[in-house]
Amino acid sequence: MKVEQISIFIENKSGRLAEVAKVVGDAGVNIRALSLADTSDFGILRLIVDRTDIATAALKEHSFTVSKTEVVAVEVPDRPKGLFSILEILDRHGVNVEYMYAFVERCGANAVIIFRFDDLEAAIRVLTENGVTVLKGERVCSM
Amino acid sequence: MTPLKDLNVVNPDQSTQTNSNLHGRIWDPVNECLNRETLVQLQTSRLKETLLRVYRHVPSYQKKFLQAEIRPEEVRSLEDLQRLPFTTKEDLRLSYPYGMFAVPMREVVRIHSSSGTTGKPTVVGYSRHDLQTWTELAARFMTAAGVTEDDIVHIAFGYGLFTGAFGLHYGAERIGASVIPMSSGNTDKQIMIMQDYRSTALVCTPSYALTVADRLEKSGIDPRSLSLRVGLFGAEPWSEEMRREIQERLGIVATDNYGLSEVMGPGIAGECQHRCGMHLFEDHFIPEIIDPDSGQVLPAGEVGELVLTTITKEAFPMVRYRTRDITRLDYSPCPCGRTSVRMAKTMGRSDDMLIIKGVNVFPTQIEEILFQVEGCEPHYQLVVERVGSLDTLEVQVEVNDRIFFDEMKKQRAFIDHLEKRFLSALGVGAKVKLVEPSSIPRHEGKANRIIDRRP
Repeated sequence: MKVEQISIFIENKSGRLAEVAKVVGDAGVNIRALSLADTSDFGILRLIVDRTDIATAALKEHSFTVSKTEVVAVEVPDRPKGLFSILEILDRHGVNVEYMYAFVERCGANAVIIFRFDDLEAAIRVLTENGVTVLKGERVCSM
Repeated sequence: MTPLKDLNVVNPDQSTQTNSNLHGRIWDPVNECLNRETLVQLQTSRLKETLLRVYRHVPSYQKKFLQAEIRPEEVRSLEDLQRLPFTTKEDLRLSYPYGMFAVPMREVVRIHSSSGTTGKPTVVGYSRHDLQTWTELAARFMTAAGVTEDDIVHIAFGYGLFTGAFGLHYGAERIGASVIPMSSGNTDKQIMIMQDYRSTALVCTPSYALTVADRLEKSGIDPRSLSLRVGLFGAEPWSEEMRREIQERLGIVATDNYGLSEVMGPGIAGECQHRCGMHLFEDHFIPEIIDPDSGQVLPAGEVGELVLTTITKEAFPMVRYRTRDITRLDYSPCPCGRTSVRMAKTMGRSDDMLIIKGVNVFPTQIEEILFQVEGCEPHYQLVVERVGSLDTLEVQVEVNDRIFFDEMKKQRAFIDHLEKRFLSALGVGAKVKLVEPSSIPRHEGKANRIIDRRP
C-alpha cells in the first residue's frame, strides 16, 4: 500500500535540477511524479520513479544527498470537491498531512494524489475503511 | 628543591624507580618540577647566553637588535625580553635557506622544513645537542600522555621534512617503547598493522584519527578489538568536541601536544593525565602571550598569540617567534606535580581570527558547534561580507544523509537550531546555508575555510 519516494537535496542555483534529471535519465530511469519544495537557498526535490534503487545509486554516485521516504498514492475522484472528500475524511480522523502533490497520470476516471503522512499506517487504515482506494506501490511505479 | 622521592622517576639516567601512581609518571622530575625561583634563574641565564650567541652569529638578529637600539647585555631579566623585536615567519623566509642558522653547517646534523603552503618553505637545522634535547622533550610529553616502555607506538605522521614523525619516533624510542614507523596514508594497511602488531599508542593528526574511526566502522571492525589505548594527537588545532568523539569512537584516551617546526617540532608542550592544559617545557622555551594586533604583552591568563623564545637551541635559536597560535597560559599548580606553565589547547591561528561586528570568531569554535549538533561533519566554509556598514557571517555546511530531512519544516528546524547555537556560542549571529555534498573545496593539510569578501 506504500510507495517509495526519493528525496534529493539541491542547492537553489541554476542547472541543479537539470543535473538531477540528466543523471536519472542517463540511468534509464523514468520519472513518474515529482514535487519541489524550495527556499531561497535550497530545495527538496521529491521523485517517484519506475526504478527507485537504480535512481538512488546513480544520484549518490554523482554526490547528491538522497533519502528514501514512504508515501501513499490515493485515488481521488476527478470532479469538483473530489480532493475535499478525501481531506475531510483525514481531518475527521485527526490524520496529519505533511505534504502532498498530484500525480501526472490518471488511474481510470480518477486522479492520483501522493500524500506524506506523519502516521502512515493510521492514514492507510482510515482511508481504506472509508472506501478510498489506496494504490499499490508497483502499480504507481508502472503507471 | 622538592625531594625527589615523592615523584615517579622513570628516566633510567635518574633513577631505577618505576612505580606508577595516580598522577602518572614524570620523565624528568628534576627539570619538570623546578620551583619558580630556580626556573626563573635558569631561564634568565640561558636567555642571556642565547641572545649573545644570536647577536654574534646571526646577522639578521644583529640588525634587528641594532634597529631596536638594544644590545644583548642590556637584557638582565625576563621582563627585559619585551624590549626585543619579534621574529616572524617572514624573517625566516627572507633568510631562506640557512641565513638564520647560528652554527656552521658542519655542526648541523639534521635539517627539517615547514610545510610552506605559501611560497618557500622555512628551513630549520639541528645540532647533535639539539637533537638530544628534542628527544628528551618528546620523551617528557609522551610519558606525560601515558606512554611507557610497554607500549607499541604506531606513528602515522608522514616521515620526511615534516618534524612530527621524527620527533615522536625518537621520543618513543628514548622511553623504550616499541616504535612502528608506519608513516601516513593507506588507512586499510594502517588498520591491518594495528590489528596484527597490536599497536597500543596512536600518533597522528586528530582528523586522521577520525578517518581511522570511519574506516573501522565501514569495514565492520570493532575498535575495541584493537589494542589501542592512548592517542597522541597534534599538528593541527582541534576542539574538545573532537576529543570526545575520538575517545568514544576509538575507545582510547586522546591527548594533545604542541610544537612547531620553526621552534623545534613536537615537544614544546604536552598534556599530562589530568588534561588541564599542556605543560610547556619552560626550561627550554620562554612563552609570552601578546595582543596579535598591538604586539603588547598581555597579563597572565589572557587569550592572545603565543610568542616563544628558545633558550637552549644551538643551530636554530628563535627569539620572540610569533607562532600565530592563539592560546592562554595557566600558572596555577597542576596535581601531577609538574610545575611548568600550562598552555590551553590552541584556539586557532591569529591569521584565521575573524573580527565580525567587533567580536573575535575562530573557525574552531564553529567546528565545535558543528560537532555538537549530531552527525554534522565539519565540511564547512565561512563567508564574511559587508552589507552596508554591517558585517555578515554565513556558515556553509555540506548536507549529508544524517542532516537531510525530506520534510521542509524539519530541515528548517535544523537550520534554526544551528543558527541559535552559533548566536549563543559566538556572540554574533551567523546565517547557516546548507550546500550540496563535495561542493566546498577540499584542501590538503591545513584547510582554508574562510572567504572574507569585506572591502
